[in-house]
Amino acid sequence: MNSEIRGSKVDELRIVGKPLARHDAAEKIAGSTRYAGDLAYEGMLHARLVRAQVPSARITRRDTVAARALPGVIAVLLGEDVPNNEISVDVPGQTIAVGALKARMQILATERIRFHGEPIALVIAEHEDALAAACEAVEVEYEDLPVIADPDTALADGACAVHESGNLLAEWDIDRGDVDGAFAQADVIIEGEYRTQFVDHAYLEPEAGVSWLDDDGVLNLRVATQVVEHYRDIAKILGVPDSKVRVIAPYVGGGFGGKEDMTVEPYLALATTHTRRPVRMQWTRNESLLARAKRHRNTMRYRTAAASDGTILAQDIEIISDAGAYAYLSALVLLYSSVHACGPYRTPSARIRAKTAYTNNPPTSAFRGFGGMQVVLGYESQMDELAKRLNLDPGEIRKKNALQRGDRLPVGQEIITEVQLAQTIDAVRERAGDKPAPRRPRTAVGRAIASNIQSYGRLVWLNDSAAAWIGFQMDGSLTVRCGVPDIGGGQASSLAQISSEVLGVDMDRIAVHFGDSALNPLAGTTTATRQLLMSGNATYEAAVLLRDQILAAVATETGQPVEALSLTPDGVKGPDQTTPVPAALQICRRRNVPVEALGTFFGPKGKEVTRELDGERLFPDFTFGTHLADVEVDLDTGELKVLRYIASHDVGRAINPLSVEGQIAGAAVQGLGQALLEEIVVQDGVNLTGGFFQYLIPTAMDVPDIETIVLESGEGLGPFGARGIGEPPIGPPLAVISSAIADAVGARPTTLPITPERVLECVRRGAGGGPT
Amino acid sequence: MNPSATTDLAVTMSVNGRPVTRVAGGHMTLLRWLRDEAGVLDPKYGCGEGVCGACTVLVDGEPASACIVLAAQCEGTEITTAAGLTGPAGELNPLQEAFHRRHGAQCGFCTPGMLMCATAMLADGRERTRDEIREELHGNLCRCTGYQPIVDAIEDAQGAAR
Repeated sequence: MNSEIRGSKVDELRIVGKPLARHDAAEKIAGSTRYAGDLAYEGMLHARLVRAQVPSARITRRDTVAARALPGVIAVLLGEDVPNNEISVDVPGQTIAVGALKARMQILATERIRFHGEPIALVIAEHEDALAAACEAVEVEYEDLPVIADPDTALADGACAVHESGNLLAEWDIDRGDVDGAFAQADVIIEGEYRTQFVDHAYLEPEAGVSWLDDDGVLNLRVATQVVEHYRDIAKILGVPDSKVRVIAPYVGGGFGGKEDMTVEPYLALATTHTRRPVRMQWTRNESLLARAKRHRNTMRYRTAAASDGTILAQDIEIISDAGAYAYLSALVLLYSSVHACGPYRTPSARIRAKTAYTNNPPTSAFRGFGGMQVVLGYESQMDELAKRLNLDPGEIRKKNALQRGDRLPVGQEIITEVQLAQTIDAVRERAGDKPAPRRPRTAVGRAIASNIQSYGRLVWLNDSAAAWIGFQMDGSLTVRCGVPDIGGGQASSLAQISSEVLGVDMDRIAVHFGDSALNPLAGTTTATRQLLMSGNATYEAAVLLRDQILAAVATETGQPVEALSLTPDGVKGPDQTTPVPAALQICRRRNVPVEALGTFFGPKGKEVTRELDGERLFPDFTFGTHLADVEVDLDTGELKVLRYIASHDVGRAINPLSVEGQIAGAAVQGLGQALLEEIVVQDGVNLTGGFFQYLIPTAMDVPDIETIVLESGEGLGPFGARGIGEPPIGPPLAVISSAIADAVGARPTTLPITPERVLECVRRGAGGGPT
Repeated sequence: MNPSATTDLAVTMSVNGRPVTRVAGGHMTLLRWLRDEAGVLDPKYGCGEGVCGACTVLVDGEPASACIVLAAQCEGTEITTAAGLTGPAGELNPLQEAFHRRHGAQCGFCTPGMLMCATAMLADGRERTRDEIREELHGNLCRCTGYQPIVDAIEDAQGAAR
């Protein structure tokens, strides 16, 4: 048995908790699901971007005459054609001399190029075939500027400024307790420096979309996105009212944070506004790898002070991240790194200094784990080294330090739900049994565990909310409307399951309309592991409201006490009689009781952050888990095989166990890709990773089965006690592989990805008895 | 056939049992011909260089990456895509049923290609180990599932076919 659910009994749940095929699965498997790039309109035009071929330059000339003269070319747009070519985002908690720091971004570069692949011109043509030649014919000349290739260079005195505001985009400080005192009294001090790389989301569906004008002048975009609320940003760029832009998100072919920022949207909007015709834009894989924001490259320096019994006394942590050429979400990603930096452990004293700097590298932004995952490599490497130094069991030392309800993170936030970290540690170790022996000569086998903490839900001071509408049809079937984008995680399907549970309607009689900014109640972004918490709770609330108003109407009509009534698949069941749902709905109509309801869920609230993070609740709650890996290392070639992989998380409640296991297994494999294979290679600002031939994500051959053990504490803040699980399982793979190699060969890789060369280096260091 | 770069020529294929004749420029890939000319949308563009497998179709029963095959090379062939596996009323075939039961599709974008790779695998009737299934799937990338449910589904389907 590869997957297992250990749940506390929930009284008589009918649908929630059942391993159901998703309501959207059959269409996907029949090949009939229509993704963003699948739609075509009569008379549709095609668009493509001309992108910078250098990473840092002043533009000295742009000439579109030759391109516009080519057959089939309708228009070539430049930055001057964009109503609001510069948009700015607030960088929270960060100030400059004149006030809050605003980070500028440009839609089409006019004067300055800041990264390889930055858009300069938008070519619109009748046929896709005309695009390549037209892009080629747009003449751009540059005067090269110095390239800022890394944060250290960026932050050095006298460095060339990537942006006028300076190269330091954001910094966060956390100070708790007496760090220096703790280090002075510590029995043991562990130190290490850990480096993670630029990583691409590499979803199978490259960025794509189609735009058109409706009969009433509303601009429509049907795009692969995690955020339909970008309609507001698009309206701002065009200078039109928000109400005149509508974003539709069909089923998305993978997101992972890469479709959280806008991609094709501004360009589609410009092209259709300019031509008044439908337009399609599809990025090539090359464009996707070249120019869409990546995961941050982090350098993390850790010092840990501990007592001889393994109790952590203090940590002193420095984090530097590469923000790339534009701000995007870098400040917030770094905030996540800072808050999660000490891991799932009680850390009485901590000093955390985090900085993110502009460079001329590709922009970096959201990616599953959102800064909370890179630091797992830091804190779990430290924990493993500490156990080794003190000759303590790696599981016991973690359990000894594990956060519990009522403890506080170094940032000051109190943990308010039960933490089952120890149970996840026991679960993976019990399942694993004894460490296997090497199967061949000249190989070594290593085993390790890695635990983690990862928030779910957006930062509380963002005042998050989500709404969902549920309406009964008069035949007793159900319509659910919710703006949630479904990016493949079953976001829409779980809403059907929650509605089915509360309202007693079978799944196959429920239709979920999702991902539409104009026609559905807005549910916010499918990011930050927030949709089950937010749209799940909103749907639950709508369902309960609807149920209660129907039961009240039937109680009055039939003279039965309302508290004795329940809504079941057979109808409204009472002590005296059962009223079939259609009859109950007719009763509602006669009595002016609505047969629909809108539910709005408001997330927990908190104060806005300041640069010195202190004492505040920043996140709604957290998810905890532990992974275990057995690896086999070839001592001559450095080749590494993951023999076995087990992952356990407390998910609170598994609304759909199949979806939960899918999230855990998928995230674990994506994390293994970052640990072992993947890197966007950038040399002096030039992105050398142009295709899937260079960017290697795990194939079916590269990974073992992922065995999952799902714990259900019932303690989460989501519906039925669920926690979020989309992001949390991606962090542990980085550390568990590194630690398993250290266990096998006696030295630890600290730089990702852990290529065979880096494994061999560890073999040499381990054999030499050098520092690990 | 020796396709010329400049001439548009009509190409005929049997696509999921339906004869289709459409123009194909000399450089038009089978993927673009299927999607833009024949209106068969389930093979997906994922990489354009034959690495990811999202565009996998069967050409006369053999799996091929439609993004690196020229349409003109496929004159007179029989093309099968995932949409061609379903019955006339949209019923899933046993392999598709196994994908459905085993949660083999999350975002679903790799699924049509996965299904065609698996169809080709199952065609010889040879029973494969999980490792062999994983090896033969190596040309089809999935970023959501971690592959295990897909391997499970193929294992189920070959068991059922026995």
